[in-house]
Amino acid sequence: MTEYKKPFLELSQMRKVYETPKGPAVILDDFNLKVYKGEFITFIGHSGCGKSTALTMIAGLNSISGGVAILDGKEITGPAPDRGVVFQSPCLLPWMTAYDNVMLGAKQVYFHGTRQQRREIVEYFLTQVGLKDAMHKRAADLSQGMRQRCGIARAFALNPKMLLLDEPFGMLDQLTKYELQEVLIDLWSRDQKTAVMVTHDVDEAIYLSDRVVMLTNGPAAKVGDVLEIDFERPRSRLSIMKEKRYYEYREHLISFLENCESEKANIARKSNSEPSSPRQGGSFFNRITRRNREKPVAVNA
Amino acid sequence: MLNRIIHTLEKIGFGWLTPVIRLCAGQAPKEQLPLIAKGILVPILSVVLFCLVWAAAAPKVQTNIGTVPGPGEVFSQAGQLWEDHKEHRERRAQHAERQAELQVRFEERFPDREWTPRPFTGSPSYMDQIVVSLKTVFAGFLIASFVAIPIGILCGMSSTVYAGLNPIIQILKPVSPLAWLPIVMILVAALYNPANPMFERAFLSSAIVVALCSLWPTLINTAIGVSSVDKDHLNVAKVLKLGPATRIWKIILPSSLPYIFTGLRLSLGVGWMVLIAAEMLAQNPGLGKFIWDMYQSSSSSTLAYIMVAVITIGIIGFALDRLMLTLQNLVSFEEKPG
Repeated sequence: MTEYKKPFLELSQMRKVYETPKGPAVILDDFNLKVYKGEFITFIGHSGCGKSTALTMIAGLNSISGGVAILDGKEITGPAPDRGVVFQSPCLLPWMTAYDNVMLGAKQVYFHGTRQQRREIVEYFLTQVGLKDAMHKRAADLSQGMRQRCGIARAFALNPKMLLLDEPFGMLDQLTKYELQEVLIDLWSRDQKTAVMVTHDVDEAIYLSDRVVMLTNGPAAKVGDVLEIDFERPRSRLSIMKEKRYYEYREHLISFLENCESEKANIARKSNSEPSSPRQGGSFFNRITRRNREKPVAVNA
Repeated sequence: MLNRIIHTLEKIGFGWLTPVIRLCAGQAPKEQLPLIAKGILVPILSVVLFCLVWAAAAPKVQTNIGTVPGPGEVFSQAGQLWEDHKEHRERRAQHAERQAELQVRFEERFPDREWTPRPFTGSPSYMDQIVVSLKTVFAGFLIASFVAIPIGILCGMSSTVYAGLNPIIQILKPVSPLAWLPIVMILVAALYNPANPMFERAFLSSAIVVALCSLWPTLINTAIGVSSVDKDHLNVAKVLKLGPATRIWKIILPSSLPYIFTGLRLSLGVGWMVLIAAEMLAQNPGLGKFIWDMYQSSSSSTLAYIMVAVITIGIIGFALDRLMLTLQNLVSFEEKPG
C-alpha cells in the first residue's frame, strides 16, 4: 500500500521572515508539505495567517527566507511561466482586450509556435472559460466575474506545470463563484494540472480539493492538519452535500479553525499579562508593574 | 447616436454644448434651459461685462503714445491685421507669378544656364508670424518630449537613477527662460554651420529654450506614472517573464500614459508661455518678435496691436490646452468597477 511516490512539489522547512524595525517578524516557520502530480490542494486558514504568503513563495514572487521549495526536481528561485498564477483581483491589463491579455502570456510560452497556433490556443481557452463572445472586449469593460474568467484562461493558456490560485473567487458573488468553480475544476480535470489554491471558504475547499491543508495562526504559521477529501470525481455539488461525510469534513475544518481562534485569544491574553521586555528581573519599576498585572489573570484562571 | 455625440463632445472639452444638443433633440427641454443659461449665457455675459469695463476705463489712462485703446479699437486693429495679411498674400502670389514669367523668359534666352528665383522680400504678415510661433513651440515641445519621456521612464523604473538625477532636475527646473536664452544663443551660434543651415538660428535657439523650460513637467509626471504602475501588473510581468522591452511597451507605458499626457499638457502650456519671451530676445519672427517690434515702433496704434497679440496668444494657448486635454482623455482608460 505504501508505494513510494515522488512528490511533484515539495516544501521543506520553508520559512518566511520579514525584517521590521521592531525585529524580525516570522510569518511562516517549518512549513512542510508534499504535493503529488495531479492533486488539487487548498490552503485554508484565518486571514493574515500567511497562506497567501506561502502561495506567492511557491509562485516565486516572494523570496524564501529559509528551507527549500522544489518543483519537479528544481528549486524555486523566482517566478516563471511554468507556474500559472490566478490572482485575487484578476490583474488583467485594463487597456488590452481579453484576447490580448491571454496572448501576452501565450507569446512568452509558445514563442516557437506559429501565429495561427497561438491564436488557436488563446481562443480555445477563452472559449472554455465562457468568454467566446467577449474576447475582443477591453478588460476594463468586462465585469468582475468575466475578468476572473479571463485570469483563469490566462493561467491555463501558459500550459503551466502547476496552477497557483490566490483566493481567485474571493471578490465574486456566490452564484458567479459556483459557476467559476465549475469552469476551474473542468479545465483542471481535463488538463491534469497540479493545483494549489488559497481560500477561506470551507465549502469551496471541500468541493474542489483532494486534500485541504490547514494552516495554524500566525506568527510562525505552519501546516496544522491535512484533511483528505475522498469524494469521487467528477463531483456534483448537490450529491456530495447529501453525504454524511461532507458534514464530517466540514466539522473537522471548522473546529480546526475555531481552535486556532481560541488559541490566538489565549496567546493574546498571555502576551498582555507579561511585560513587553523579555528580560527577567529588570528594574524595580518593571517588577512592581508585573506583579500588579498578574493579579487579575490569576483570578481569571 | 445622440449619446455618442455628447460623449465625444465631452471628451474633447465641449461639454457645455451638451444641453443645446439635447434641446435640439427635444430631450427634457425644461431642464436644458437653466443648463444653457449657466454654461453659455453666463460666460458670454461676463465677457461682455469685461469689455464694457475695459471700454469705460481705457480712455481715462493717458500714456506718452496716446490713450489706452478700448475693445473696439483693438477689434478694428485685428481686422486691419487680417486685411494686411490678405494683401500680403496677394503680393506674394504676384511675386510668384512674376518669377515664373521671368523663368520662362530666362530659359528661352539662356537654355544652358541655371535659373535662380529671387525670394520674396516682403516682411511676414501677422498670420505668418502665428504660424512661425506654432512651429517653434511644437519643435521645442517635441525636443522636450523626446528627452523627458525616456529619462522619466528611467527615473520611474530605478530609484537609484532617480536619486542621481533628482538634484539636477530640482535645480534646473526653476530656471527662467530668460536665463537660458543667452547660453543657448551662444551655443547655437558656436555649433551652427552657416554654410548649410537646416534651421534658422533664431528658430533653433527659441525652440531649444522652449524645450529646456518645458521638459520638466513631462519628466516628473512620467517618473511618477512609471513608479506608480500597479504592483499586480508588474507581478503579471514577472510571472510571464516578460523581457524589459515588452515590459516597458506593454505594461509600463500604457499604464503610465495618463500621467505622461498630463505632463505633456502642462509642458505645452509652459512652452507656449516661454516661447513669447524667447522669441522677443532671439528675434525669431513669431508673435514674440511682433510684440517687440510693435513696442519699438511706438506709434499710436502700438498698444492696440500688442493687445491683439495678447488676445491671440491667449486664444491659441487655450486651444493648445484643449487639444492636449482631448488627447489625454483619449488615452486614459477608465476601469469600470465590478
